Amino acid sequence: MKKKNLLAIGLVFILSLTLVLSGCGNSSSGSSSDASKSESSSSAALSGKLTIGGSTALQPLAAQAAKEFMEKNPDVQIEVQGGGSGTGLSETQAGNFDIGMSDVFAESKSNVDAKALKDYKVAVVGMTAAVNPKVGVKNLSKKDLQDVFTGKVKNWKEVGGKNQKITLVNRPDGSGTRATFDQFALDNKTPAEGITQDSTNTVKKIVADTPGAIGYMALSYFTANDDSVVKLSIDGVEASDANVASGEFPVWAYEHMYTKGEPSKLAKAFLDFMMSDDVQTKDVPAQGYLSVKDMKVERDATGKQTDK
Amino acid sequence: MIKNRTTSNAGSALGSGRSPLINEKSFFARLTDRRSESRGKALIYCSALLMIIAVTAITLFLTLQGLRSFVVDHLNFWTFITGTEWYPDRANNPSFGAFPFIFGSLAVTFLAALIATPIAIGTAIFMAEIAQKWGTKIMQPVIEILVGIPSVVYGLIGLSIVAPFMRQHFGGSGFNLITGAIVVGVMILPTVASIAADSIRAVPDSLRQASYAIGATKWQTIWRVVIPASGSSLITAIVLGMSRAFGEALAVQMVIGNARNLPGSILDPAATLTTIITLSMGHTTTGSVLNDVLWSLGLILLLISYVFIVIVRYLAKRGEVR
Repeated sequence: MKKKNLLAIGLVFILSLTLVLSGCGNSSSGSSSDASKSESSSSAALSGKLTIGGSTALQPLAAQAAKEFMEKNPDVQIEVQGGGSGTGLSETQAGNFDIGMSDVFAESKSNVDAKALKDYKVAVVGMTAAVNPKVGVKNLSKKDLQDVFTGKVKNWKEVGGKNQKITLVNRPDGSGTRATFDQFALDNKTPAEGITQDSTNTVKKIVADTPGAIGYMALSYFTANDDSVVKLSIDGVEASDANVASGEFPVWAYEHMYTKGEPSKLAKAFLDFMMSDDVQTKDVPAQGYLSVKDMKVERDATGKQTDK
Repeated sequence: MIKNRTTSNAGSALGSGRSPLINEKSFFARLTDRRSESRGKALIYCSALLMIIAVTAITLFLTLQGLRSFVVDHLNFWTFITGTEWYPDRANNPSFGAFPFIFGSLAVTFLAALIATPIAIGTAIFMAEIAQKWGTKIMQPVIEILVGIPSVVYGLIGLSIVAPFMRQHFGGSGFNLITGAIVVGVMILPTVASIAADSIRAVPDSLRQASYAIGATKWQTIWRVVIPASGSSLITAIVLGMSRAFGEALAVQMVIGNARNLPGSILDPAATLTTIITLSMGHTTTGSVLNDVLWSLGLILLLISYVFIVIVRYLAKRGEVR
């Protein structure tokens, strides 16, 4: 008897909670949509739901932009998920994501019809190798870097560092960061075996803690006052945003948003917002990316670089 | 076997439903009336059926997905499970050899069992034989809390404490097979200890009394009577712990190094089936070869865990006979 009462109370509680919550949701969205209508009378009010998913590297930027977009358009509901670049492309092609985020060109993935997807390059991310500070190496020639990563060189003293065994920290197969680094820093040579980690924070921690370790990560993870890892220059070119933008520093990639065919009205509005000055000059640098508009060079899916 | 039993019972339930006494109520009333037999039966049969459907569906789905790499992508099954080179992303001449991961999974599992078993059985004996009152009241709940600690916490502790410790004392990067085994070993310790304690408690007191009656000491009783008597259930406890170790992904991934080549010693980084799946799955596109081979790794994982379960069932049966 007691149990049944408890169950009944529980059910009533859940039911009332649902009612209250849905009631709240309705009333608030109703009132705010009125407000927005009076605010932005020039453009027709957008409404509906967008699902964005894929690359976890791009997720924070997309989430930030989505938040601002929803503040401007209260009737719009945008859900930003992770899942990885491959998931983003597959689910977009299957129609489950309205917008798929990817670190790599759709052309580089098998089983995705790149022609059916429309590409929006929303940001640029530079990458470089991160080295443990005790190694004593701040610059490597591209050839030396390749020798280090392909396992030809096993000790740092052979490339001008201390007498310390080299420990490689790689990224898993299919990772966009790995693909970019392999293509533009290693010129498509296959890296030798080492520790493999997916999360950039874990890679950074391992490189910082392990003597002789070298890994690679996006430039945003090297912060000014943080000397736990050394940002490696390649061929004497510092891995800075300016050098990436001018095309002097080779290791960088686009962050893509893909839609299946032409985007819906709502998706188009969001993508326009992503490319607007609001996002490109404020959120993009704040999240550690470069704006596509600042780039003086551009690349196609095969990696061929041309001046803009 | 289970399926048969369910259907035959369901049949008899329908049969009894035709009896005039119950037939007076409508179908809906029978389901909503608290005192009705059919409502309880319906609930229980539904749960059992759902469970069976879930297990069958998962197995079928994994099998279909896992066989794709052999049927659709025409990989050779034998070279897949014996090959030692794993370069699925290499532009020219990709190779798919999963043996290092199968080996890594089994090595971590057995090393973890080797580390956990003596400590777990010792704890179990302490709880169930030596300090019975204290053991049941304090140790048992503490161990049950340990079972509930999420594996990511064990992974973090491994990453920040065990790996640096190994690096300082054994050299290398500290991310290696034995670090993984230690972390997983500690993780399965409470599982093994609490099941082992239960099986020791299940040994009838008459055996202990008989042992004391012929003049055996406490230690002799434990060593010569209690442990042999609970033998097969102790092994069940270990195998259950091993199957948990085998399926563990997150904690292992953080400390094992995830290197794709076959480890030369326990101080070399290695990878397991689970870590390779979790590391790469999100980066792959549905239907690509890399995605398919990851499903195949999942299928192998499932098959090996079935083997563990068969072993547990076999041991449990042997225990009953005795």
